[in-house]
Amino acid sequence: MIEIRFHGRGGQGTVVASKILADAIAKEGKYVQAYPEFGVERRGAPVFAFLRIDDKPIYDKSRIYAPDHVIVVDPTLIEAIDVTEGLKEGGWIIVNSDKNPEQLKFPQKFNVATINATHIAVKHKLGTMAAPIVNTAIVGAVVKVLKLGNIESVLEAVKEGVPAKSEENAAAAKEAYEKA
Amino acid sequence: MKKVIMGNHSLSYGAMLSRAQVISAYPITPQTQVVELLSEMCANNVLDAKFIKVESEHSAMASCIGASLAGARTFTATSAQGLALMHELLHWASGGRMPVVMGNINRAMAPGWSIWTDQNDSLSQRDTGWIQIYCSSNQEVLDTVIQAFKVSEKIMIPSMVVLDAFVLSHTYEVVDIPDQEKVDAYLPPFKPEFTLTPDDPHAFGGLTSPEHYFELRYMLQKDMEKVPALIQETAKEFEEMFGRYPGLVEAYRCEDADVTLVTSGTVGYTARVAVDMLREEGIKAGNLRIKVFRPFPFEIIRKILGEARKVAVVDRNISYGHHGIFYEEVKSAIYGFTKDIPIFGFIAGLGGRDITPEDLKGIAHYALKKDRPEEEIVWIGVKK
Repeated sequence: MIEIRFHGRGGQGTVVASKILADAIAKEGKYVQAYPEFGVERRGAPVFAFLRIDDKPIYDKSRIYAPDHVIVVDPTLIEAIDVTEGLKEGGWIIVNSDKNPEQLKFPQKFNVATINATHIAVKHKLGTMAAPIVNTAIVGAVVKVLKLGNIESVLEAVKEGVPAKSEENAAAAKEAYEKA
Repeated sequence: MKKVIMGNHSLSYGAMLSRAQVISAYPITPQTQVVELLSEMCANNVLDAKFIKVESEHSAMASCIGASLAGARTFTATSAQGLALMHELLHWASGGRMPVVMGNINRAMAPGWSIWTDQNDSLSQRDTGWIQIYCSSNQEVLDTVIQAFKVSEKIMIPSMVVLDAFVLSHTYEVVDIPDQEKVDAYLPPFKPEFTLTPDDPHAFGGLTSPEHYFELRYMLQKDMEKVPALIQETAKEFEEMFGRYPGLVEAYRCEDADVTLVTSGTVGYTARVAVDMLREEGIKAGNLRIKVFRPFPFEIIRKILGEARKVAVVDRNISYGHHGIFYEEVKSAIYGFTKDIPIFGFIAGLGGRDITPEDLKGIAHYALKKDRPEEEIVWIGVKK
């Protein structure tokens, strides 16, 4: 079983990202369980989303405390909270950032990857520099880095799950997949 | 067709595939996305139903009762305080023998104001004469709605399909959504014996003297007693058509167990994980998940627990001044019918506090260590 935690800020589509990723992975015939932080969301406040992936039915309904990997949708969170809390040794930290992985100075025991999802989103006219819609680009990068499936499943999931600017979102996911 | 959907939408799809004809609901908190999707389905003509938006849950159930009397297949959904506000009408629906099906998201009762899960909302409605079914996965939610219409309409008793807030309601899982044609073949249209129609006038729910009232209640109980067999029968049919068996309980590795957990809702699935972990440690544990709570499935529970050595009942609810409610019910069900078995009662996870496999392992270890219960309630994870 793979357990993933997403970090974002309310209004950035973090929960939607976890849902699209779940859709894409389910298309590969795997079992998934995706859930938001249980509570109320506030725009701009740190939010979490969680995803379990397995080859067999997932019976564990408890929360994820020790994720295998974390995804950081908003890089400003790195300064605000400990995004590595409970993260397993050797786990990936995938960050939406214009920096190199080394510049983020995470402990050596983790693997770090960066993807400039904000740049990709803005390029494909998804939101603005101030409020980019990065979730589809993030999903493309995550699927590549964690080897969770192929890009076709992602594109299908994006087209089904994102009715607005469907083509642009798919293009962003594809570009992030290729660049990651 | 397989789709990744949240538990709330499992209820919506269940009602849609069952071809509910009238849906009445109060659309604001504590309501969830259940009726949001259903109202969209009605607006988009995906579902040919009358959607009645009302000003309170009391009115929601009242209009369901009216619609059911007129011969319509009727669905609603609520949660917590909303269910409490329906209380009076729950008696009307069951006493009047109207087969309404309702989804209830198990949320803790206020105050303190809570949107997180525990079972006190639905268990407070235990004695209203409704069938109550507690689900553990989104697939089970969808399947159970379809089955509940079949059971309710056959026996003319309403059903409540219950699921944990957030842990199921807002959690996305892979759900196999059956084809409409197959559901139509499983669930025939609702054709009640009597309906409220000007063409053939009847009075319903009128003044009932001591001469007759007692018998009405006797008949309700006698029909309730038939429900376990009816659920098993309809579950078998369901399995033949859809490959899944929505039964009364689920016994997991109970056969040779030294300690048998008794659980419900999503805890009933997490407990399977705990049982597997305990078995890997060499401890023979089992889990009996109670799915149907009303009517209480005495026979099958006595059969399974009759073979148990120690029983540990996990309650995400409490009857203040007494015990966890499943604990009471299990004890009363087996007392005098089985050998003397130590039964331990645990309360965990009130107001949405998480219940982990480790918590459940601890519960099993506790029961194994003691010969007899030493406390009325063993509290798990409470800050004392």
